[in-house]
Amino acid sequence: MTIFEYTIVIIKVLFVVITALTFVPLMIWLERKGAAIIQDRIGPNRASIGFLRLAGLVHIVADSIKIFFKEDITPKFVNKFYYYLAPWIAGFVPFLTFAVIPFADKLVIGDKEIGMQVLDLDIGLLWFFAIVSLSVYSIVFAGWSSNSKYSLLGGIRASAQMLSYEIPMGLSVISLLMVFGTANLNEIVKAQGNLLFGILPNWGIFLQPISALIFIVCAFAETNRTPFDLAEGESEIVGGFHTEYSSMKFGLFFMGEYISIVVSSALITTLFLGGWQVPYFNTQALIDNYKILIQCSLIVASLIFILIGYKLYDHYEYHKNRWKDSRDKEGLIFSILSFITSIFFIIILFVFSNIEHPYWLPSLFATIAQIGIFLLKVSFICWLFVWVRWTLPRFRYDQLMNLGWKGLLPLALANIFVTGSLMLFLE
Amino acid sequence: MIKVKRDARSLKDNLYIIEVLKGLAITFRHMFSNLLNLRKMPVIDYPNQEKGIPKGYRGKHRLTKRENGEPKCVACMMCATACPANCIHIEANESPDPTVEKYPARFDIDLLECVFCGMCVEACPVDAIRMDSGIYSIVDFNRSDFVVTKEQLLATEPQDTKKQKLDIKDPRNPWNRL
Repeated sequence: MTIFEYTIVIIKVLFVVITALTFVPLMIWLERKGAAIIQDRIGPNRASIGFLRLAGLVHIVADSIKIFFKEDITPKFVNKFYYYLAPWIAGFVPFLTFAVIPFADKLVIGDKEIGMQVLDLDIGLLWFFAIVSLSVYSIVFAGWSSNSKYSLLGGIRASAQMLSYEIPMGLSVISLLMVFGTANLNEIVKAQGNLLFGILPNWGIFLQPISALIFIVCAFAETNRTPFDLAEGESEIVGGFHTEYSSMKFGLFFMGEYISIVVSSALITTLFLGGWQVPYFNTQALIDNYKILIQCSLIVASLIFILIGYKLYDHYEYHKNRWKDSRDKEGLIFSILSFITSIFFIIILFVFSNIEHPYWLPSLFATIAQIGIFLLKVSFICWLFVWVRWTLPRFRYDQLMNLGWKGLLPLALANIFVTGSLMLFLE
Repeated sequence: MIKVKRDARSLKDNLYIIEVLKGLAITFRHMFSNLLNLRKMPVIDYPNQEKGIPKGYRGKHRLTKRENGEPKCVACMMCATACPANCIHIEANESPDPTVEKYPARFDIDLLECVFCGMCVEACPVDAIRMDSGIYSIVDFNRSDFVVTKEQLLATEPQDTKKQKLDIKDPRNPWNRL
């Protein structure tokens, strides 16, 4: 490998890690604010750095500072090695799964090809399942080594749940593999670029709706999210497997949970929502029509920023005397900034329309558009996780097991059978 | 043994998916309507904006005064007797004023014991104790600071109705939805 290739790999790894880490505070913010809005409340809005309030985002900074500096208690009765190992597995294993997720199509500049995923494996999907099952170990270790009954019961519950739901999850993907005929995630995304019956995009969710349903339900169970978050139960087993953890060791569990949500969302997007495919525009169409597309998106972005600026100014006028300090000016500052940004976009539009374009611009634009649409889809699925959490109550444990073994498992098997027969008859 | 019969769940309930979608629709409706008019959410901006309280609200106690500034209280112990929580402690003393028999040398109320039932106000024969201060958030750092003395009780002002507060008829006021 040349130095150029090493640099590219390092940039890609950094991009993946930073994206995953950026999603964590955003998810926490989305969770708190989304819960508030769903429950007819305002949500966190008080913490500030100077005038900067960012609609509650500063609370995340305050929270993380707090969690770093809290007293770190290690109980005397724990098994030290596994006790320390568990949060590291929980916090860092999900990053590995992100490696196989493709962010965009191959970027072709001149004679150089750059794949937009860290690991371009032919067994990408299997890699995902292999690494995801490692995160069960963090729960088993944490539950067992804590040497307390709450942790043990919580650990047993969570690991039994994750193991049972891994089976329908794996089976639901098999029917999808039969349709696409490959386990390489980039190839799967490429196959989703065509149109189905000339109207619908050829996404997995339209080809295999039942498989998508099973996979999404199992993803909720795998990440220990409501309605399947039986690993913790305030009334019966306190915090579940992380009862004995404090400070940043708990923080790693917390972070790992959110990263695994983001990773699951990324995989759901890749398998069922067309991954990086912009609907109705495949990579070639993006490259061919790049000029009109850039112009349209610049105009739309400028209009959106004008709207945001107007809304923020309105907010500033309404809450003029709310805090009685510099926080009152925040709306004004940001509205001016967004007006400036919209003017900036229009200037770029004029400059763009009147100059000679470099040869690498069309393919770079295609890549950026694909990354953007991919992150948009991932954010939507992340929002689905939050939305479901604040809608559904917890399952009872027997209901959970019934649903997994008597509901989803036969359904996944039937789905494989029906898919196989249909493919055989349609051949 | 009594066997409780439960209603059998229909197939629709057992499928979960329809009911889940219904639930999601409800939360989405709440979220969407709240995002469209954030200002009409049934919340108040609490420390910056206080809610008005109803007329008969029983807030923190206060002692009323005569025209010469002395406490109206005659230390008859009626309130301390009526108090179900035994939180009023009075020490009576002979009054220097010849027209008044006794006055309270000490008049302590332990607000942590108090249940804010208003019995003391009902029991008082001379209208010396009232609960019309309108103070509903009583905060302090020590337990001992919650025992309010006679001087503090005398200094407490009645509720200022002219102070800018959320109108009691405003739909956002939680008292309006009781």
